[in-house]
Amino acid sequence: MTKQHANWSPYDNNGGSCVAIAGADYCVIAADTRMSTGYNILTREYSKISQLAEKCVMASSGFQADVKALQKVLSARHLIYQHQHNKQMSCPAMAQLLSNTLYYKRFFPYYSFNVLGGLDNEGKGCVFTYDAVGSYERVGYSSQGSGSTLITPFLDNQLKSPSPLLYPPVDAVTPLAEAEAVELVKTVFASATERDIYTGDKVEIVILNASGIHREYMDLRKD
Amino acid sequence: MKLDTSGLESFSTLTAPGDGVVVEFSAPPSFQLPNSNDFDGFVKEAIQMVKPAKGTTTLAFIFKDGVIVAADSRASMGGYISSQSVKKIIEINPYMLGTMAGGAADCQFWHRNLGIKCRLHELANKRRISVTGASKLLANILYSYRGMGLSVGTMIAGWDETGPSLYYVDSEGGRLKGTRFSVGSGSPYAYGVLDNGYRYDLSVEEAVELGRRAIYHATFRDGASGGVVSVYHVGPEGWKKWTGDDVGDLHYQYYPVVPSTVEQEMAEATGA
Repeated sequence: MTKQHANWSPYDNNGGSCVAIAGADYCVIAADTRMSTGYNILTREYSKISQLAEKCVMASSGFQADVKALQKVLSARHLIYQHQHNKQMSCPAMAQLLSNTLYYKRFFPYYSFNVLGGLDNEGKGCVFTYDAVGSYERVGYSSQGSGSTLITPFLDNQLKSPSPLLYPPVDAVTPLAEAEAVELVKTVFASATERDIYTGDKVEIVILNASGIHREYMDLRKD
Repeated sequence: MKLDTSGLESFSTLTAPGDGVVVEFSAPPSFQLPNSNDFDGFVKEAIQMVKPAKGTTTLAFIFKDGVIVAADSRASMGGYISSQSVKKIIEINPYMLGTMAGGAADCQFWHRNLGIKCRLHELANKRRISVTGASKLLANILYSYRGMGLSVGTMIAGWDETGPSLYYVDSEGGRLKGTRFSVGSGSPYAYGVLDNGYRYDLSVEEAVELGRRAIYHATFRDGASGGVVSVYHVGPEGWKKWTGDDVGDLHYQYYPVVPSTVEQEMAEATGA
């Protein structure tokens, strides 16, 4: 019998905010680079974004150790997939793999809040949003993490499109051009940084489109 | 206790050339359990930390032309609305629907698992599984996890060789056959409207409208329900979505704004 602990608390919250916006032919995924514990800032340049496949990027906040473990599992699974199928995993497939990976820790969850962004098989932008135990939903835009309660209402106000559940269906695509979406992401992070102590320092923005993937950064308040 | 982890088995068998890493990942994954004295307390606390989305109204009923299934689309964490576009009616196969109340991940995962099991049954037996059988598959899985903190309240509705069929299944191990169910925080309000308007000989149009009205009135009185009211009908040809209406628009459909009669026209003040 292994030793058991009476008051065992394996989790910490390292904060951080993630945002993703899907467009007709692009996807923008962004996260700040601050990592904190309590009132302590541990580092100002820790990337929360990881590329899981050619056209699939995940941004995660929560507990850094769990996030790292999750990223390692997914990249290992993706490597096996490549050897078996000789191709990159599609974004919707990776989305379901992430859901199952999270759920298999249902009784000892990964303390991580994820958004997955990428391009689907038709080249359309897609965003998947998750809870920590693997329930997921395809959406037009999403925000997760410590600043999500500030960012989500802002995005709703700017981007809210007809619900995909409406019947007869109404087409719901984020009506922004790529450059406008990047500007919006910069604005929401600047705003969240003003009121959330766990968001700040720098925002890393990853843009996926037909021409490939590119990154840009913008400085945020450092206090 | 032995856990049923068959839901997590990967279906493609991997050929592992004795590589440690590949062996680890090719083994069927199983639920990892925390090494804690107080498992129940730990899982409860951990699930509270990751904040599950709660609050729902779902309903289903049998009538002469099949089954109606209806639900709202809101997910809230305490007072915060975490989503207004949750798909609470899960399409298991073209003839069977499941509804989602309780833990979103628990419902989604085990319905996905049920879909796989139903498809395998179909391939092995050359006929579709009965709703009775499917609901029992789910109930048996949920019962094997009893006491471990799963939270599922679902209705399995469909059309099989015996005609329309409806079962209620929950994570406490309950499984009931019936003709009329409502599940979730808004269910008392939905039952009020549903029981009042229900007749077995309803037409499909009337039944769809009854389902929609029951969910709408539940979203009106229950703060944890709202968003879009979706209504599905399952008939001999399988399920079909009939309506999906924003609650905000529905309100003005049920209660149109009547322009009040003007008692006295405002007039320009004459001189001062």
